[in-house]
Amino acid sequence: MGDSVAETTLPEVDETVQRQDRSEKETLLNAKGLTKRFGDILANDNVDLVINKGEIHALLGENGAGKSTLVKMFYGSLEPDAGEIFWQNQKVTIGNPASARELGIGMVFQHFSLFEALNVVENIALALPNPGKMSDLAKRIETVSRDYGLPLNPDDIVADLPVGIRQRIEIVRCLLQEPQLIIMDEPTSVLTPQEADQLFLTLQRLAAEGCAVLYISHRLEEVKRICHHATILRHGEVVRECDPTLETAASLASMMVGADVASVSAGDTKPDIGETRLALQGLSAGAATPFATALNDISLELKAGEVVAIAGVAGNGQGELFDAISGEMRVAPQMVQLDGKPCGSKNITWRRKQNAAFVPEERLGHGAVPGMKLSDNIVLTRHGTGDRLVGGGFVSNVEAGALEKRIKQAFDVRMSHDDPEARSLSGGNLQKFVVGRELDRKPGVLIVNQPTWGVDAGAAALIRQALIDLARSGSAVLVISQDLDEIFEIADRIAVISRGYLSDPEPAAAMTRERVGLLMAGGAEAQGEVA
Amino acid sequence: MFEAVLLTVITAATPLLIAAVGELVVERSGVLNLGVEGMMIMGAVIGFAVANQTGSGSLGVIAAIAAGMAMSALFGVLVLFLVANQVATGLALTILGIGLSGMIGEAFIGVPGLDLPQLYIPVLSEIPFFGPVFFQQDALVYVSFALVAFVAYGLFRTRVGLVLRAVGDNHGSAHALGYSVVKVRFLAILFGGACAGLAGAYLSLAYTPQWVENMTAGRGWIALALVVFASWLPLRVVIGAYLFGAVSVLNLHAQALEFDIPSQLLSSLPYIATIMVLVLISANRRLTLVNTPACLGKPFVPDR
Repeated sequence: MGDSVAETTLPEVDETVQRQDRSEKETLLNAKGLTKRFGDILANDNVDLVINKGEIHALLGENGAGKSTLVKMFYGSLEPDAGEIFWQNQKVTIGNPASARELGIGMVFQHFSLFEALNVVENIALALPNPGKMSDLAKRIETVSRDYGLPLNPDDIVADLPVGIRQRIEIVRCLLQEPQLIIMDEPTSVLTPQEADQLFLTLQRLAAEGCAVLYISHRLEEVKRICHHATILRHGEVVRECDPTLETAASLASMMVGADVASVSAGDTKPDIGETRLALQGLSAGAATPFATALNDISLELKAGEVVAIAGVAGNGQGELFDAISGEMRVAPQMVQLDGKPCGSKNITWRRKQNAAFVPEERLGHGAVPGMKLSDNIVLTRHGTGDRLVGGGFVSNVEAGALEKRIKQAFDVRMSHDDPEARSLSGGNLQKFVVGRELDRKPGVLIVNQPTWGVDAGAAALIRQALIDLARSGSAVLVISQDLDEIFEIADRIAVISRGYLSDPEPAAAMTRERVGLLMAGGAEAQGEVA
Repeated sequence: MFEAVLLTVITAATPLLIAAVGELVVERSGVLNLGVEGMMIMGAVIGFAVANQTGSGSLGVIAAIAAGMAMSALFGVLVLFLVANQVATGLALTILGIGLSGMIGEAFIGVPGLDLPQLYIPVLSEIPFFGPVFFQQDALVYVSFALVAFVAYGLFRTRVGLVLRAVGDNHGSAHALGYSVVKVRFLAILFGGACAGLAGAYLSLAYTPQWVENMTAGRGWIALALVVFASWLPLRVVIGAYLFGAVSVLNLHAQALEFDIPSQLLSSLPYIATIMVLVLISANRRLTLVNTPACLGKPFVPDR
């Protein structure tokens, strides 16, 4: 089975970016002194940006640096408070997305702007000023999508499609508008490496045809690989412009953060592998809703002292697997075992008392209650596991408050005033809090789903180091992640989940990105079926 | 006898159908307007009053539509522009409508009403059986048929309908694409109000041509329930409305025949039968999920 998968030919990306002399190029978009303020926060402060025709222009910066705000002004979803935009040397006011599209500016959104209940043609028709007859549009979609190597079936309902295909819809939608500038907000964050390569090919082709691309990404390696020019934002200001091909990923990262980013290290010491802490045996579960993924006969042994990472493209059963391990979804008792005790039918508090801890993917609403103070959120997950948080049916605010301060210090959670509501924290800070809340317990088994999703480089490094340190201190850590860089940075063993099947975990040192990519694209499934 | 029963079924179902189709459009745009009952009863009283004062049934119907729209405009301003809670505002609208209609209608209690003329469609009305049942009705019955066809076609075959469904499915994305969520929703709410007002006029001008306080008697709520049980699909609303009408008419006939069944049980039959049938036809969960407006009842505030 494995052989036939390996034969899949991978598209080849032109690794040597054609260096471009910027002065020779024609200016497409010129922004001068753009400023946007939200309340007290200056999201963009006097930003200048020049985009030339046929250039792939990277826009870099940490979370909250103002990248999304800036591109939303180009796309007409936000109005600048001050500043001017020149489009092909003409001063323009982009009042709404429709007028942006009229100028020739298209956008592929980070959080997809698709309508799940509608089919592919309807989704695309909504973004076109004159879509014409649906049947004609469907034919055009088929032709254009095949032409660019992004085949689509116009009649599919979006809700049924995996994220990779959803992004194709966004891109094809953009292409049909025949844009001269395509803005892409973190397009590869949900793609397999092979899908990303396909995207890069498309972008290079577009650039060769004279279309400009404004490319936002956290992944510096790919910026180096495909971008001609980079503008770096920090705290809403342009701090540097550079040619990314002449930089290293580390130098780009330090420009973004403004300081050197601590590199995460697993330490020189070999992990001291102990006995099995968490065992999954033939874990299967049907799909609870039409949009969920069924789990198919998943087996895994997680040992003390190691970090096991589960890679996979979003929506392949990660959430369901996490729910089964944490107890949000009940399964047969022997399917999940903590320290040899069957607990598949036990609730989450019982499992926490067995010294397990869980950090779900969605931090606001699942990992933390938005409208509750941090100290109350601590009580919610830790009431049953000591710390004298609850006594005689009463919550001890003193103890909870003390814990909140301890977590805040240990994990550098920044807040405007003491013990705020969870929703007032920025994404990165809240993630540090929800991870810190569980790590502070020193759990014997820790399960984390997407530990650093949407978190900036500094906070991500801190969280990853904390996960490794926990494992080295003798705990078992299971990380579910879509970020391959993260996985290779922290994992001792790597498994891949695809359509609810889990591949056998293999030592990280023996794994390559290509192999992970093939497993993501269905290899894990083949393996699971054979086993 | 059978023909006569069918005729009463159609008259019992028509107000439900009109109100439910209007509410379906509102909910497809992502707004939950629980004020259908209030808008309906305002339509009923205003329609009756205007028809009574002017002697014109048509003017009465137009006034009823305007009254429903005025009520819905109030709702729209509160929930769209002031972002008030939709459930609370809808409930308040119903209470307001019932109170206000009682006050306006006080002078008209016991006043004989104006019956809308029957409209016989030439040729078609002479077809045996079908003719009398379907083509010798009052004008509003034909309007209800046209309304369903219009909504079903409009929602699924036109760009306006596509935008409306898109706004109800994901208002954030619709806004990002440059559609005015508030405008689409306000127009949908007005359409729903017009339908509710029309349904009210049907009650006080055609169904029982008189004004009685609280004469909608919960039909607005039934219309709301029909929309949900029909999975937001217009043709299923037709099935639901006619089924409800049929069972409630049969129930009256059954009571007249004095079966040995408690009348309370018989009275609850329409509700039970309608719920059962619509639950059965919505057994396809995937289809139901795809048709459920994902943004139903969620407030929308653009980040500008």
